[in-house]
Amino acid sequence: METYDVAIIGAGMSGIAAGIRSAHFGKKVCIFERHYAPGGLNSFYALDGRKYDVGLHAMTNFVKPGVKAAPLNRILRQLRIRREDLNLSEQKRSRIAFRGTDLKFSNDFGLLESEIDREFPDQVDGFRKLVEDVQGFDDSRIDYPYESARERVQARISNPLLEDMIFCPLMYYGSSTEEDMDFGQFVVMFKSIFLEGFARPFDGIRGIIKLLLKRYREVGGIRRMNTGIAKIEVVEGRAERLILDSGEEVKANIVLSSAGLPETDALCSEKWLGNSESEPGKLSFTETISTFGKSMKEFGWGEDAIVFFNGAKRFRYRSPESPVDLESGVICIPENFDYAEGEFSEGVVRVTCLANYRLWKSYPEDRYRNEKESWRPKIWEAAKSFMPETELAYPNECIAFDMFTPTTVERYSWRMRGAIYGSARKYRTGVTPISNLFLCGTDQGFLGIVGSMLSGIAMANAHALR
Amino acid sequence: MSKDECKQVVLDIIAEIAPDEELSDVKPDVALREQLDLDSMDFLDIVMELRKKHGIEVPESEYGELVSLDSCAAYLTPKFNALV
Repeated sequence: METYDVAIIGAGMSGIAAGIRSAHFGKKVCIFERHYAPGGLNSFYALDGRKYDVGLHAMTNFVKPGVKAAPLNRILRQLRIRREDLNLSEQKRSRIAFRGTDLKFSNDFGLLESEIDREFPDQVDGFRKLVEDVQGFDDSRIDYPYESARERVQARISNPLLEDMIFCPLMYYGSSTEEDMDFGQFVVMFKSIFLEGFARPFDGIRGIIKLLLKRYREVGGIRRMNTGIAKIEVVEGRAERLILDSGEEVKANIVLSSAGLPETDALCSEKWLGNSESEPGKLSFTETISTFGKSMKEFGWGEDAIVFFNGAKRFRYRSPESPVDLESGVICIPENFDYAEGEFSEGVVRVTCLANYRLWKSYPEDRYRNEKESWRPKIWEAAKSFMPETELAYPNECIAFDMFTPTTVERYSWRMRGAIYGSARKYRTGVTPISNLFLCGTDQGFLGIVGSMLSGIAMANAHALR
Repeated sequence: MSKDECKQVVLDIIAEIAPDEELSDVKPDVALREQLDLDSMDFLDIVMELRKKHGIEVPESEYGELVSLDSCAAYLTPKFNALV
């Protein structure tokens, strides 16, 4: 039976990063991935000759080189990756667009502060205090007690509209809980989006995954694709053997799982997760990707890289009653980053909205297809009302279209309910009751592309290298 | 191995871990953390690279011996010279 020092479940960002760390320091490592493509929740695919990203709108956590203790710079060091190889281009600017009120922001934090000063002059002092709270929070501690972020923010911001506008991007880009989030998670997200910022490689997620896999190969890591783990055989509180989908068995001294908390528990021959924790995350999404024959700039759509929109009186971040929640969402226009490589010849607009997993899952195939068709123009209209009015005819001008739903995510990532931010409960130390089984990735609690890599690194350092 | 050679070994490791740091005038008697942007993850890597590249083991209770280049040299040189 093949025996590894470290077996990693899942070739996503966290799994590959953990693999690089472990292999670099001489461990015999194998990453097992059930899908044929690497990347996990940040993967890619091609359809009719066009390349698409899954997940990635923008990479958060962008800072300039040399910024002390910034997550991006820490992961580059830990993975021995040169910054120029990531080839990141900064966003032009982004926007939080609520009915009648706009707040622009960019990688220069001063812009958001001046926007708040303009729109909410009586709130700006409170906002500055909130920023001090964020900067004063020690997020290097792994185990901090739960605090309601809503309560902490309300102590500084008395205007509910501004409160919602601050929460909207942070929730959409990384909250696994409805309506409120842990203040520690709020701090991590606030820093990664507002105090740091957005960037993107010209060719999207592919370049980042390619770079990570190249490093992993260089340090001698082994990768087995189309090879899922069907079962973790637990004997006397230890993961004794891994049984692959093919029936083959392997052994590993340490198992790092990026499959998710309830998903990992479900793999184990002895269950260890309590009933209250075993519920998969509630938040899932649809995403539409519309491609046009010319750039969005030529349609007069301006310079927004990402637009977080909400048309409801209060912003609601929870699983909707209907298949898709049209009240709020995220618009991503990937051409609006300052690429050295040039400009996009085709315009691409991605729109992400909250979705109801249970409904999408219940539709038989025909109905599912029809539902997608019928939601497509509605989602477009919802998003368009927050963009400049132009002559853009939809869907006539659209030359390619794709849409995914919570069931698409579930089908390719094996993430229960397609909950991309994982379950509400996080295991921040990665430790499980199974002595040699540890979690990394989304349900360890670091989110986003940089966060996932940091999770893989931190968990490998703590559990695979000691 | 001389103490100066030992300091160079440590500097070479730091250069690999933190290629963006300026290492040409690191003061040997001043704590590395005061002069360079190194965090606990980076110090773990110094220890790991010493083991990987040179077969030198630094137990966790003795990480403090690596505080400056001088203390690194005092602590590590005998370890290097004890290798066959």
